[in-house]
This record gives sequence, C-alpha cells and structure tokens, in this order.
Amino acid sequence: MLRYMTNDDLARRPGLRDAMFRDRAAQFSDRLGWAVAVDAAGLERDQYDALDPLYVLWDAGCDRHGGSMRFLPTTGRCMVNEHFAHLNGGAPVSSPAIWECTRFCVAPGAGPHVAAALMLAGGELLERQGLRHLLGVFDANMERIYRRIGASPQVLGSAGDGRDRISLGLWSLTGQARARVARRAGISPALSQLWYRRAFGAGSTCLRPA
Amino acid sequence: MKNGLERILEKVEGAVAPDDMQHAIEALRDNFAVRHMVYHWVSAAGEQYGCGTYSADWVARYLERDYLRIDPVVQGCLQHFQPVDWKRLDWSGKAQRAFQADAIAHGVGHQGFSVPIRGPNGQFALFTVSHDADDATWAAFEQRNSRDLILIAHYFNSKALEFQPGRTPAPAQALSPREVDAMTLLAMGYSRAQVANSLSISEHTLRAYIESARLKLGALNTTHAVARAISRGLIVA
Repeated sequence: MLRYMTNDDLARRPGLRDAMFRDRAAQFSDRLGWAVAVDAAGLERDQYDALDPLYVLWDAGCDRHGGSMRFLPTTGRCMVNEHFAHLNGGAPVSSPAIWECTRFCVAPGAGPHVAAALMLAGGELLERQGLRHLLGVFDANMERIYRRIGASPQVLGSAGDGRDRISLGLWSLTGQARARVARRAGISPALSQLWYRRAFGAGSTCLRPA
Repeated sequence: MKNGLERILEKVEGAVAPDDMQHAIEALRDNFAVRHMVYHWVSAAGEQYGCGTYSADWVARYLERDYLRIDPVVQGCLQHFQPVDWKRLDWSGKAQRAFQADAIAHGVGHQGFSVPIRGPNGQFALFTVSHDADDATWAAFEQRNSRDLILIAHYFNSKALEFQPGRTPAPAQALSPREVDAMTLLAMGYSRAQVANSLSISEHTLRAYIESARLKLGALNTTHAVARAISRGLIVA
C-alpha cells in the first residue's frame, strides 16, 4: 500500500525506513554511480532528509520497501534549487504550488506497477494539497519508466547525453495521464483515495469544547 | 469583474505598512465568513510577528503564558509543510489540553486549518483559519478553500518578508517570450484555441505556458494573470 510519511512516522517504522535508505543506496550509488553518501550500514541519506520532508513509500508488507520518493516545498530550501538550477537556465523555481520530488526510487526487483503507484500518489498530492506541479530531476532510465507508465513530464532542461543524461521536468498529472497511471498501477481511484485519507484525513483526536 | 478575494489580495500585495496587512486579514476573515484568520511568523530566535483577528486578550495571554512552546499547531507545523487540520495534531498532553480549553474559552473556535510556510533561509510562518462548525461542514470548507488559503498564506508571507529589515528585494521573474506571446493574445480576447492556433502550438503546450506565467505572476487564475501582466507592464494590451 501507499504510505505518506514524515520523519516522525518513519521513526515508528524503523525497518521500513532503513529498507528505503538501503534501496536508495542501491539505486543512486550502486546502479547510477551518483556521488551520494552511503553510511557504514549501507544507508543513503542526505541533508534534505533532515529538513522534515514528506515521503511517499510503497509498503510491500513485513518492512519490505517497494519504492519511494521525497517531497519538499520549493519556497524553502530544496535540492533542485541548490544543486540542479543549471538545468533550468540557472533560475530557481519557487512557488507554493510546486513541490520538488527527489530520490524517486524503485526497489531492485520491484515491478513497473510500483513506479506507477508512486506516480498515482503524486497525483493525489497535486489534487489535494493545492498544487499545480511537481518538479523533479531524473535520469535517462527513469525517463523511459515514466514514459512506460504514461506519465512523461514536461522537460525544462537536460544535461549530458545518452545514459548519462539528467533532466529537470514538471508533472501536472491531470485527467487522462492520471487515469493511465492508475491503470498501470492496478489501483482503483477509490483505494488510492482511501490511502491518502488514512494519512491526511481528519483523525480521531477531536478538538472539542470541554 | 474582480471577485472579493482578488481585490483583497491586491490590497495585500500593495501593502506598504503592517497595518495594511491587518486590514486585509480582517477583510479576508469576513470574506470567508470564519471566526478567525491569523498570519504568524516565528523566527529562529523565538520572536513572533504577525497579524490577525484573535482578541487582544488572547494574544496577550498566548505571549504571557509562552504558549508557543506547547501549541500543537506550531509544533506540528514545524515538522511538516503540508497544511494540517487541527484534529490531526496531538492534543493528548496535559498542557496541550489545558491550552486547548483556554483557546476555546477565548473564542478561537474548535476547528482549525493551518498552512505552514517555509521561506528562504529557514524562515518559518503559519497561516491559520479557525472556526466553530461541525466536522462535516469544516471538512467541506477545507476541501473547497484549501487551494486559495495556501495561496493567501504565501501572499502574506512574501509581504512580511518585504517588511523584514535589511532585506534585499528579490527581482521580479521575467516572462519568457512564449509566455509573453500567450498572455498578450489572451489579453486581446483570443480564445485558447485561437491563441494556440496563432502560435502554432497545441492547446496542451499553451496550457503549460499559461500555467508557468500564472505562477511567476502569483495569480489565482488566467484572468488574474493577464490583469497582473498588464498592470506590471510585462505585456502591452
């Protein structure tokens, strides 16, 4: 299932949390060879994980991590503006209606439905958090995956060639694109909404006049 | 014709003194017909600034009791950046329950919706709407208005940043040539289909240009964006 989690939620699920950081090491350090920091326990974390981001995880049960991504608002400190502004002609992107999505990660062996499920979660956030776009950096391989799940972004800029190309793109995921992604993920809109509401809907602790 | 919200937001944008923001937030509270609306900036040193409609009694009490340290709304919003309904926060502690009872006794309302704002250099602020309503009515209110409230929150914050001493103004973002073309034709009364046709682009691509121009202009919708582009001299129409 899809889980929307903050650092305090992750602290209650250390097994799932570490599985995410381990799979991030596998994807960004081992497979892509990016210069990311992997600690002695094999976990990949960076300074942006300390800024209280919002994570979306595919929880495959029993602390197994299927995939994940990380969100930060572009009005505050974020990775795109601090490390990838060159992909947008040097101009920072800063809007309350745009969140950056980084560390889009699919666990080794996880099927394409996981990437689609994560995208579907992106669509829920867009619709329900008052957003217009998600902003993300991706490599050539992810570009293929996005195309396969029917959610190609609008590319703002790229650097490098072939397998080494990285790009900056905007997703809006409206109407048709969202329906395609939901079909790819094999998740009904109702189920996706239920998972969203579980994370963000009104809880049981009510503020009531005494 | 401009609606009430657009007029008020223009007042926020044109504010030259903190008093103007106070008037605007009162007008907004009336516009949304809620009990209270508050913009609250908390600096890293724990200093607080803001404007809003809480009673002077409640503001004085909040400061005197140093409620900032235990207020679940502030503590919760520091860890998140997505807007939060107060019912989702943790009110279970003894101090929090007492604070809640005190807030309600001071007319804050028992429902609330707060938008955390993360600004440059770790700046943090909150924009809050509070009211008395049953859960279903309040959920419907949030659903209907959350997008506007998020935008309003950021209007107040960017204005507050301008009033900060020693600040260097951020340059206004220029529109790209394609964005200028699209906005100019829209200002001339062309339909989207006609604009797309004139520029030899698809309506989908046109939508992306309009959207990015809208964001740069901080506008609520396309009409608002066109009006702003004209008033700032970015397009000629």
